Amino acid sequence: MTHTKISMAQALNQALRDAMTADESVVMFGEDVGALGGVFRITDGLTAEFGDKRCFDTPLAEAGIVGMAVGMAMNGMRPVVEMQFDAFGYPAFEQVVSHVAKMRNRTRGRVQLPMVIRIPYGGGIGGVEHHSDSSESYFAHTPGLTVVTPATVADAYGLLRRAIEFPDPVVFMEPKKLYWAKEEVDLTESQPGIGTAVVRRDGADATLIAYGPAVPVALEAAEVAAAEGRQLTVVDLRSVVPFDDETVCAAVRRTGRAVVVAEASGFASVSSEIVARVTEKCFHSLAAPVRRVTAFDIPFPPPKLEKYQLPSVDRILDAVDDLQWEDS
Amino acid sequence: MTTVEEQLLPSAEPVCLIDQNGVPHDHPSYRLPTKEALLDGYTQLIRGRRFNDQASALVRQGRLAVYPSSFGQEACQLAATMVLRDGDWLFPTYRDSVSIMSRGVDPIETLTLLRGDWHSGYDPYEHKVAPQATPLATQLPHAVGVAHAARLKGEDTVVMALVGDGGTSEGDFHEALNFAAVFQAPVVFFIQNNEYAISVPLSRQSAAPSLAHKGIGYGVPGERADGNDLAGLLAVLGQAVDKARAGEGPQLIEAHTYRVQAHTNADDASRYRQDDEVAPWLDRDPIERLTTYLEQQGWLDDDVRVTAEAGAVEVAAQLRDGLMPEPEVDPADLFAHLYAAETQQLQQQAAFLRDELAREEA
Repeated sequence: MTHTKISMAQALNQALRDAMTADESVVMFGEDVGALGGVFRITDGLTAEFGDKRCFDTPLAEAGIVGMAVGMAMNGMRPVVEMQFDAFGYPAFEQVVSHVAKMRNRTRGRVQLPMVIRIPYGGGIGGVEHHSDSSESYFAHTPGLTVVTPATVADAYGLLRRAIEFPDPVVFMEPKKLYWAKEEVDLTESQPGIGTAVVRRDGADATLIAYGPAVPVALEAAEVAAAEGRQLTVVDLRSVVPFDDETVCAAVRRTGRAVVVAEASGFASVSSEIVARVTEKCFHSLAAPVRRVTAFDIPFPPPKLEKYQLPSVDRILDAVDDLQWEDS
Repeated sequence: MTTVEEQLLPSAEPVCLIDQNGVPHDHPSYRLPTKEALLDGYTQLIRGRRFNDQASALVRQGRLAVYPSSFGQEACQLAATMVLRDGDWLFPTYRDSVSIMSRGVDPIETLTLLRGDWHSGYDPYEHKVAPQATPLATQLPHAVGVAHAARLKGEDTVVMALVGDGGTSEGDFHEALNFAAVFQAPVVFFIQNNEYAISVPLSRQSAAPSLAHKGIGYGVPGERADGNDLAGLLAVLGQAVDKARAGEGPQLIEAHTYRVQAHTNADDASRYRQDDEVAPWLDRDPIERLTTYLEQQGWLDDDVRVTAEAGAVEVAAQLRDGLMPEPEVDPADLFAHLYAAETQQLQQQAAFLRDELAREEA
């Protein structure tokens, strides 16, 4: 297979197409995913190719969508459902936390739910109110869920394939601001395992720990830092749950300093969990308290103000500068 | 010619084939079940009532944590399963233990949730019975999903989805009916309207003429039945199951019944209703009216009575014996069923608990 230049949206589309070809129990449904191909075109062409029993529109009701997926997964299917936008997935919250997450546990493993809930999430696309939330912490906090989020085109393909094959329900968070950027990739080589983080860049001085939409920003910051003489490691979590303590802690121990970068608000979040874990496990390797670059603890702002809310290269570099390189 | 609206609206009065005095009534749309079905129903009613009585007694003895009794609603409980085939699914709520048990689930495993040993004690696939739902109406979209998947696979499965009057106020009830109608999923939504959601009466749940009227808004045919008349319930639910199986889409059935006892043993019904409200419902008891009818037909011979009583005695003994030993619970189970492959973090937490327990024993 040769390398082709495609976007994350196209890679996700290809992953769905390949999964539906490989396994006829895979079905895709949600709002506008049929003829339209999804508002982000992730399901483009699937109804035409596989028919409307395999990829279909539903009534506009997210609890119904997720609840129906639970029943279909109970009865031998592998449903993939799309929540059209992050904040529009909240009506399904009870189904996700009380049923999707708990079915295996409450039935002692007798009922498994191999299903994927795809959620386009995050800001950076000029979306109006309720179109830019980072909702991963709600799901990461819920035992029984697996939560993954790709930051590259290749990972988008590989993670979605793994998620659909996974025996347990996966919340698949798609950073929508990364949908359109293209990369040269060979999709057949994309084999990210669920639960494994990856080191995107090696550097001896400090570690940036990021996931999803924050990863490209962290990489850009590392590029600038290198030019200024500081070599930064960048870890891309890919999988929020299960959390890859090993890869994260190895990087932190090697570098002795760390900054967590996330697009979500910081309070009681995935980023605070990462700081807690790193501090608990790597305390004697740390030369400075772990810093965070996150969104403010405010509702996601209107488009004209969102640049103040999103992690930026400058904020990351400032946080790195604050890692007590010298005693004050 | 009937209009679409007339096809979707329920009968003006709940369907009743044997009234509270045991008197049979003709109905233009429904026929009395056969003698065999009614005798089977009688036997199951006697057993179901004993199950309720014994479970309530075991709560008082501290053998069950809690028991939401279906005393007085046994005709609904049993009709719901008597009309199903082996491959059909049942989606029960927490008040539907008698339904679950009558479907073939082991009586002790039926009560695992209420005993507090685990959340669900039986294998849902063995008898096609979903775990009991304690959140309200959340099981209904699941029922739609099971039914829709069955249709996609070309199976003629029907799903019986149980819900109470309070549950009809939840959003999931409406989403499930709408989805089922749009996808023509073979689901029979069966509302046991027992007039109360814990303390809140039906008048505070709905201003609709009846709960069966809620179907018309979704294009789902509604029907209502006397919830204490096993004969009428078997006829109405049986027809609904047949229609769903034949590809006519979802059906909505409301049974008018009454929660004779408190919500659970932890509830005090005297705080919200008067005894004189309960008394007339005791006269409408599902067992008495069927007994009267069967006696008048000359069908209730000693054999039937002995068989019925033996079934009741057996289930009571099963509960007493099965719930008597102190249940063994294993703390390791806490971590065993979250994921197909246990995460490293859960392994560490399981090890922590093991060590803690080892230290306590040492």
